[in-house]
Amino acid sequence: MNAFFELFLRSVFLDNLALSFFLGMCTFLAVSKRVDTAFGVGLAMMVVQTVTVPVNNLIYTWLLAPGALAWAGLGEVDLSFLRLIAFIGVIAAMVQVLEMTLEFHVPKLHRAMGIFLPLITVNCAILGGSLFMVERSYSFAESVVFGFGSGFGWALAIVIFAAIRERLKYADIPEGLQGLGINFIIAGIMSLGFMAFAGMG
Amino acid sequence: MQDNNWRILTRPLIDDNPLTLQILGICSALAVTTSLDTALLMSLVVVCVLAFGSGSVSLIRNHIPHSVRIIVQITIIATLVIVVDQVLQAYAFELSKRLSVFVGLIITNCIVLGRAESFAMHNGFVASTLDGIGNGLGYSLILVIVGAIREFFGKGSLLNVQILIPTSQGGSFEPLHLMLLPPSAFFIIGGIIWFIRRKRPQQVEKAEFTLRTREQEPK
Repeated sequence: MNAFFELFLRSVFLDNLALSFFLGMCTFLAVSKRVDTAFGVGLAMMVVQTVTVPVNNLIYTWLLAPGALAWAGLGEVDLSFLRLIAFIGVIAAMVQVLEMTLEFHVPKLHRAMGIFLPLITVNCAILGGSLFMVERSYSFAESVVFGFGSGFGWALAIVIFAAIRERLKYADIPEGLQGLGINFIIAGIMSLGFMAFAGMG
Repeated sequence: MQDNNWRILTRPLIDDNPLTLQILGICSALAVTTSLDTALLMSLVVVCVLAFGSGSVSLIRNHIPHSVRIIVQITIIATLVIVVDQVLQAYAFELSKRLSVFVGLIITNCIVLGRAESFAMHNGFVASTLDGIGNGLGYSLILVIVGAIREFFGKGSLLNVQILIPTSQGGSFEPLHLMLLPPSAFFIIGGIIWFIRRKRPQQVEKAEFTLRTREQEPK
């Protein structure tokens, strides 16, 4: 139990997808103008990540990993080179399913996430999460924790970032730094802040 | 025509740079720049994928039904990336280990999909390929600058050749460890954007609010 908790904290703070691996940066910079939209994307990201990482874990261990097809009598087949295309397919499909389910059962939540769900398909943080899961060879239970933790970490980062940006529009920023330039620098300072958690390990 | 093609190739270098102006493909740019050699390799890979990706999307652009175009584009890109990934693992295993997941992440790199969607779907083969190469080079330019700065100040070396001798080996150079950590990439790119916009004032974004001077203050 303790190990899971540690993995969760690690994926939220120390290995934060946005601030220490720079994943999902395009969305991070593009839709963080206001806190409420940032909250919507963060939520969508968290849900999608929690679902896709474990699903991809199952697909990888039972279909794609070297020797995974032993249950079908094909022990020597190694399909791991197909993982990129399989993962992206799973992600696109899961996002579609999720969107339809939410629209049908929880229309309120669907409206909150709005247009961000389809956008999430091409977010590198989602694919990156699945690839990290393979690279660090997480078990199924670990992948659930990692999926939730990393999604939560990303959401936390974008909400804080959006809050800072909302404040910053009243600041007097040098001309060339206006907009994108200052955003990079804020993200850098935030990333420094998150690194302070390294001491927790 | 010749002139036009040349413009398509060179415009993305500074005037319409994918990283500093279009905000595309930032994710991978920051992560692989801790040293110059990974930055160079990543640039090469991205230029290849962009050129071939844009080229092949433009070749079949009249046959793709509008509603499934994104899936078709992603499939083409994913196939190219898998090929590149396998080639790297075969011939440059060490470097490909250090790039870790970021080669795979080229699939979701918004530059490739963004250029396929906004340029290759409407233009001919030659123009699209050139646009792909141009955007790839614009991306590479920033990557190489950031990679060189980080490796030089972080380790005192360039391309793994020691230039400044660190204090631990009796030299006079104290490596800046911050340069090897994630935040420095943000600061350096922010600085590059500042520099480019000083030189190209038309890229400056308008402030949402401006400060009022004393005289404009309502009485």
